[in-house]
Amino acid sequence: MAAEHGRKWDRCLADTAVKTVTGLAVGVVFSVVLFKRRTWPVSLGSGLGLGMGYANCQHDFRSPYLVHGDMVKVSGEGEMWRVTAACDASFFMMSTCAHSQDQ
Amino acid sequence: YTAGGSSGAAKVVAAGLLTVGGGVGGTILYAKWDHKFRAAVENNVPYSDWLLGLALGPAYQGDIMKQVRMDSQHVWVIIADCFEKITGSEFLPHSEASAEASHIISAISEISTVPAPCDTESAVKGHCSPWSPSLSCFLSVSDCSAAVSASLEECLASSAKATLQAIGAQEAAVQAITQHIHKLKEAMEAEVPPPEKSSQWKDLEAALADRTSAVNDAETALLKAKEALDSLKSEIDKSKGLKVSAVRPLVLAAEENLHNMVVDLDRVVTKLQSAESESKIVSQYSDLVNEAKLQFQREVSSLTPEIQANWKGLTGKLSADDLNALIAHAHRRIDQLNRELAEQRVREQIHIDASLEQQKLEDQKALEKAVLTAVQHIKEDTRLEQERKLSELREVMEAEMRTQLRRQAAAHTDHVQDVLKVQEQELRADAEQVLGSKLLEQETSYRQLSQEQLDNFTLDMNTAYARLKGMEEAIDSHVVAEEEARKAHQLWLSVEALNYSLKMADADSPTMPLESAAQAVRDSCHDNDFALALATALPEESLQRGVYSEASLRARFNALRALVRRVALVDETHNSLYQYFLSYLQAALLFEAKQEAPPGQLCSEDLDPFRLLSYASFCLEHGDLELAAKLVNQLRGEARRVVEDWLTEARLTLETRQVVSLLSAYANAVGLGTTQAP
Repeated sequence: MAAEHGRKWDRCLADTAVKTVTGLAVGVVFSVVLFKRRTWPVSLGSGLGLGMGYANCQHDFRSPYLVHGDMVKVSGEGEMWRVTAACDASFFMMSTCAHSQDQ
Repeated sequence: YTAGGSSGAAKVVAAGLLTVGGGVGGTILYAKWDHKFRAAVENNVPYSDWLLGLALGPAYQGDIMKQVRMDSQHVWVIIADCFEKITGSEFLPHSEASAEASHIISAISEISTVPAPCDTESAVKGHCSPWSPSLSCFLSVSDCSAAVSASLEECLASSAKATLQAIGAQEAAVQAITQHIHKLKEAMEAEVPPPEKSSQWKDLEAALADRTSAVNDAETALLKAKEALDSLKSEIDKSKGLKVSAVRPLVLAAEENLHNMVVDLDRVVTKLQSAESESKIVSQYSDLVNEAKLQFQREVSSLTPEIQANWKGLTGKLSADDLNALIAHAHRRIDQLNRELAEQRVREQIHIDASLEQQKLEDQKALEKAVLTAVQHIKEDTRLEQERKLSELREVMEAEMRTQLRRQAAAHTDHVQDVLKVQEQELRADAEQVLGSKLLEQETSYRQLSQEQLDNFTLDMNTAYARLKGMEEAIDSHVVAEEEARKAHQLWLSVEALNYSLKMADADSPTMPLESAAQAVRDSCHDNDFALALATALPEESLQRGVYSEASLRARFNALRALVRRVALVDETHNSLYQYFLSYLQAALLFEAKQEAPPGQLCSEDLDPFRLLSYASFCLEHGDLELAAKLVNQLRGEARRVVEDWLTEARLTLETRQVVSLLSAYANAVGLGTTQAP
C-alpha cells in the first residue's frame, strides 16, 4: 500500500503538472487569440489546470473512502430501494464498510 | 688326594664285598637252622635252592626229625585225622570220623606235604598197606594237639621209612642169599662145559658179593629201622604222657602201626635168618664139596703132578697110562669113599641124633625165643586190642551221647523251627503291611510328583507361551513403535524442513513457496488428524507464494514508518489534500521516541499513531512481531490503509510461524513420545 501511495502521488503530481501546463497553454492560447495577450486567461487556464489536478489528486487519494451505491430493484411488495455499499476490499475491518440500508 | 680317593674306593669296595658275603653267609646259616626260612628263600629267590643244596644238602633229609623235635604239637591233628580215617575205615562204620577228618582237612589252609616215604620203595608197598594211607594223608596244622600228632606222624613216617628200607634190604638180602644158594647149587651139581663153569663160578662169586653187600645193607637198614622204631616208641610214650584225650586214638593208631612194623620187621628178619641158615647149610655143603674137590685134586695132582689142577681140562690131554692110573686111583678113591660112606652112614645116625639133639636144643631155644616174641606180640596185640576196644567203647559212648544230644538238639530245633515259623508269619504279616503302606505312600507320592511335574510343566508351558506372546507383542509393539518413531521422525524432519524453509528467506524476497514442504508434512502425517489439520491450516498465500521473514518485515516497517507518520492525520473524514499537507507538516514537526516499550495495557493516549509506531518499532526490534502487528493493527485511517499489506504480510508470517511452531512442537512431542527411553 505504501507503494501505491507513492504511485498515487506520482500520478497526482504528474496529472496536476500536466493539467496546469495544459491550462497554461490554453490560457496562453486564449489570451493570445481572444483576449489580446492579457494575462488573465493564462492564470485562469493554469489555475484551472492546477485546480483540476488538485481535485483529481484529492479524489484519487479519497477514492478508498468513497462509498458507492447501487440501485437494485427488488420485485415483490412495492418498490424498495436497497442501497448496498461496496467498500474497498482492504477495508474489511471498517465497521462502516458493509451496511445495507433498507427502506 | 687321588691316593686317598683310591684307598677310599678300595675301602668302599671291601665294605661292599664284606656286606654281601656276610649277607649270603648269614642267609645260608639261618636256612640251615630254620627250614621254613629255607623253603621261603628257595621259593622266592631263584637258584637259591641250588646254592643251598650245595651248601647244606637236600632239603628234607633229616628235616623230619628236626621238625618233630621242634614242633611236636603238629603231629596230633594229623594223627587224629589219619587215625580217624583208619579207625573209620576199619572199625567205625559211621561217617562222623570221616566227616571230622574231612572237616579237619577242609579247614586246613596251609598244606605242606611231607613226601611219602614209600615212594623210594615202591616194590614193597604191599607191606605198607595198613599204614601207607595214613602216611599219604599227613598234613600240618598249627594246633596244640595237632603239634603232637604232627610229631608222632613225623616219627611214624621216619620209622616207617626206615622199616620199609630195612624190610626191603632184608628182602633183597634174602633174594641175594637165595640167588647165591641157587647159583651155588647150580655150580656144584650141574655138569656143564668148562667155560660155562668158569662163568658160572664168576656168577657165583658175583652172587656171593651181592649177597654179602645185601646182607650188610640189610644189617644197617635193620639197625636204622630198630633205631627209628625205638624213637617212635619213645615218642608215643611221651605223647601218652601228655594225657590229652583227643590224642588217644592217635596214640593207639601209632602204637598199632609200630606193632605192625615191628611184626613185619621180625617176620622179615626171621625170613632172612632162615635164608641165612639155609645158605649156611648150603655153603657148608658147598664148602665140603669144595674141600672134597680140593682133596681130590690134591690126590690127583699128587698122583699126576704134571697134570693141571683143574681136572676139567684133563680131557684130551692124558695118555692111556695116566688114564689107567687115574681110573685105578678113581677106583681106590671110590672104595675109600664107599667105606667112608658106610662109616659115615653109621656115624651119620649118631651125628644125626646128636645134631637132632642139638637141633632140638636149638629149636627149643628158637622156639622159646619165638614163643617169647609171639607171646610178646600177642600181649601187644591183646593190649592193643583192649585199647582199641576201649576206644571203641568210648566211641560208642560218644556216639550214644551224641545221639542223645542230637535228639535233644533235634527237639530243640523243632521247637525253634516252630517258634521261627510263627515269628516268620508274624514278621511276614508286619512286613507285608509295612510294604503295603509304603507302596501306597510311594504310589501317592509318585502320583503327586507326576501331577506336580505335569502342573509345573503346564505352568512352564503357559509361562513360556505367555512370554512368547508377550515377546511377540513386544516385538510387534516395537515394530509399531519403530514405525511410529519413523513416522514421527519423518514428520519432524518434514517440519524441520518446513521450519528451515521458513527461515531461508532473503532480506527482501519472500521465502520459497511452502507448498512442497507442506506437502511433505502432509504426506508424513496423513494418518494424524491433528498434524493434518495443522498442515492444512497453513495459509494459502504462504503455500503458493511463501512468506516474508521477520527481518524483511522489520526492514519494511522502518520504511513504512515514515509514510505512516506522513499520513497520520488523514482518515475517512479528513482526507483532502489540505489534510495531507497538514499531516505532512505534523510529521515534519513532531518527534517521537524511536522505540518505546509498550505498556501492558493500552490507554486511549497510546492509540496515537506515533506512539503506536514507536511501540511497534520497539517490539520489532525485540523480535516480537506479534505484538508489533497488534499495535500496528490499532492504526486507523489512511495510516491503516498504508500499513495494510504490511500487516497482512505480518499476519501471514505470524500465522505460518504459528502453524509451523505448532507442528514442530507436535513433531517434537511425538518424537519424544516415541523415543525409547533407555
